[in-house]
Amino acid sequence: MSEQGALKETTYREAVKEALREALTKDERVFLMGEDVGHYGGCYAVSKGLLAEFGSERIRDTPLSESGFVGAGIGAALGGMRPIVEVMTVNFSLLALDQIMNNAATIQHMSGGLFNVPLVIRMATGAGKQLAAQHAHSLEGMYAHIPGLRVLCPATLEDARGMLWTSLQDPDPVLIFENNTLYNMEGTLPNNAGAVEIDSARVLRPGRDITIISYSASLYKCLDAADELAQKGIEAEVIDLRTLRPLDDATYLTSIAKTHRALIVDEGWRSGSISAEISARIMEQAFYELDAPVERICSAEVPIPYAPHMEIAALPRVAAIIAAAKRMVSHG
Amino acid sequence: MSNIIDREHAINQLRQMLLIRRFEEKSAELYSATKIRGFLHLYIGEEAVAVGVMAALAPEDAVVATYREHGQALARGMSASSIMAEMYGKQEGCSRGRGGSMHLFDAATRFYGGNAIVGGGIPLAVGLALADKMLDRNRVSCCFFGDGAVAEGDFHEAMNLASLWKLPVLFICENNLYAMGTALRYTQAVTDIASKAYGYGMPAKAVDGMDVMAVEDAARTATEHLHQGKGPYFLECRTYRFRPHSMFDTELYRNKEEVEQWKKRDPIDLLSQRLREAGLLSDQDWAALEQSVAEEIEAAVDFAEAGTWEPIEDLTRFVYSERRRA
Repeated sequence: MSEQGALKETTYREAVKEALREALTKDERVFLMGEDVGHYGGCYAVSKGLLAEFGSERIRDTPLSESGFVGAGIGAALGGMRPIVEVMTVNFSLLALDQIMNNAATIQHMSGGLFNVPLVIRMATGAGKQLAAQHAHSLEGMYAHIPGLRVLCPATLEDARGMLWTSLQDPDPVLIFENNTLYNMEGTLPNNAGAVEIDSARVLRPGRDITIISYSASLYKCLDAADELAQKGIEAEVIDLRTLRPLDDATYLTSIAKTHRALIVDEGWRSGSISAEISARIMEQAFYELDAPVERICSAEVPIPYAPHMEIAALPRVAAIIAAAKRMVSHG
Repeated sequence: MSNIIDREHAINQLRQMLLIRRFEEKSAELYSATKIRGFLHLYIGEEAVAVGVMAALAPEDAVVATYREHGQALARGMSASSIMAEMYGKQEGCSRGRGGSMHLFDAATRFYGGNAIVGGGIPLAVGLALADKMLDRNRVSCCFFGDGAVAEGDFHEAMNLASLWKLPVLFICENNLYAMGTALRYTQAVTDIASKAYGYGMPAKAVDGMDVMAVEDAARTATEHLHQGKGPYFLECRTYRFRPHSMFDTELYRNKEEVEQWKKRDPIDLLSQRLREAGLLSDQDWAALEQSVAEEIEAAVDFAEAGTWEPIEDLTRFVYSERRRA
């Protein structure tokens, strides 16, 4: 740890931009393309300034053609480039779902291993900005259903900074979901922060009484809940899944073997969700460790509404996490 | 088009078309014998398009094709054996038996499938061309698609991208007049397909897709344009599918007279007649061609029959790369 270098103040947005800058600098095959990434500076200002730095060939504005430019990204990857395709939001990515699923995720298997697709797709995800039902969903779990993809959810500055480079080294398609509410998050990173591994979950806060499993922006609700629970004498262990596919089972199973309780917090819808998948895996692999049924806090099963009170009500809340944790700890 | 026929080249074109024809006739037979399953989309009648276009491509160029791609694969130089074994589902097949008839792949000839989502392969060709342009390689990415694909969003998005970025993409529309079983006139507001390219500022030409020499000639004009870095080129090849859409098609949407009319313009007959008239093809030559094609197909069937099944333990291989770096 002593070799990390000095710490600097930064934001999640800046961390992603630094990662892009590093990739564009270190590897000539890397380029960024997507809607408004160049002249506009990125819908969330992530790529602001990169056009002047790297030019329009490598910071490539695209027409509003999600399927076309994601497909072109797949082709460019097959042709030897290392494209980073930015899709403005996860809802828009559905326009490219055919390319992502039927081509990117499929070509390697369908070709008997002849071709692989080293493509990175970044997109904003999540609710919390009153953007209503076509800009605010969390479909990471849906993408995690698809074999052939890696699905990453950087929640911390360290991961925002470090997951991109590792993803670009991967021979297969990697989807990186950046929760839109995290872009302004401030914090510190070592000056020499860089690539991180993308295979394992991480314990963000250790605890002995209950395991709270989450990812992306919801983790901060879990940490707030854990602070409050600690004041009541309940020590929650908070786990950041980091990667939704392939899932790292070992980290949460190890935790559950200690706490004997598992609460999953997921901004996705409950039915058929990643939380459902994890719950099933816990049942399959740690049934006899449990002192209480697995519980889940998910988004309400509605399209995300515009009105502020309704949007808040639709999402996982700290109070609900605390209530569930207390209930589970008092059980058995 | 040159009036002087290069005999060797023309005979080679004839042989390739004949190989595709006989290969597919054999495939249909093997389908009935349940050796081949799944979907089987025959190219019979359209051979001049694949053979003519491939003649204009260089080995380093890339090809993206559709689910009706036996013809393209053979004309591109993939072996009949590897394709037949693929259709048998054997691991000696070009895609290890994972793709079948609709998903033929080959790295050596840069054959990127075999795409069964109509229009889905077109953006891939744009991306392959983008990579070439960014890496300063002067080569062509050629995508084949049918008239049905012209209605898909991917077609229009890809046309715009290729033209906007001046990419060396050769768009080959195989217009066989039917999107599966629905005639072009029931699906397109403007049935003159080549004219759609003009809206994207792209040069385009419509060519008689039953005439292999005309197709090759047009494709050579197109590739010259592409090598000059002037952006994409669109070629509509007007052709006809003699057989049903797939093995499940009862052909309620067209009448026998129409099919018979088109058969009079059979691309193989057209070329062989032309060669005979020029005194370049004798009965003996023809018999020799049939013989050599028959031998090649027989060898392909033998290869497929002798092929082996991939072990079930390998089922989950190739979902993620085995050569993933640390």
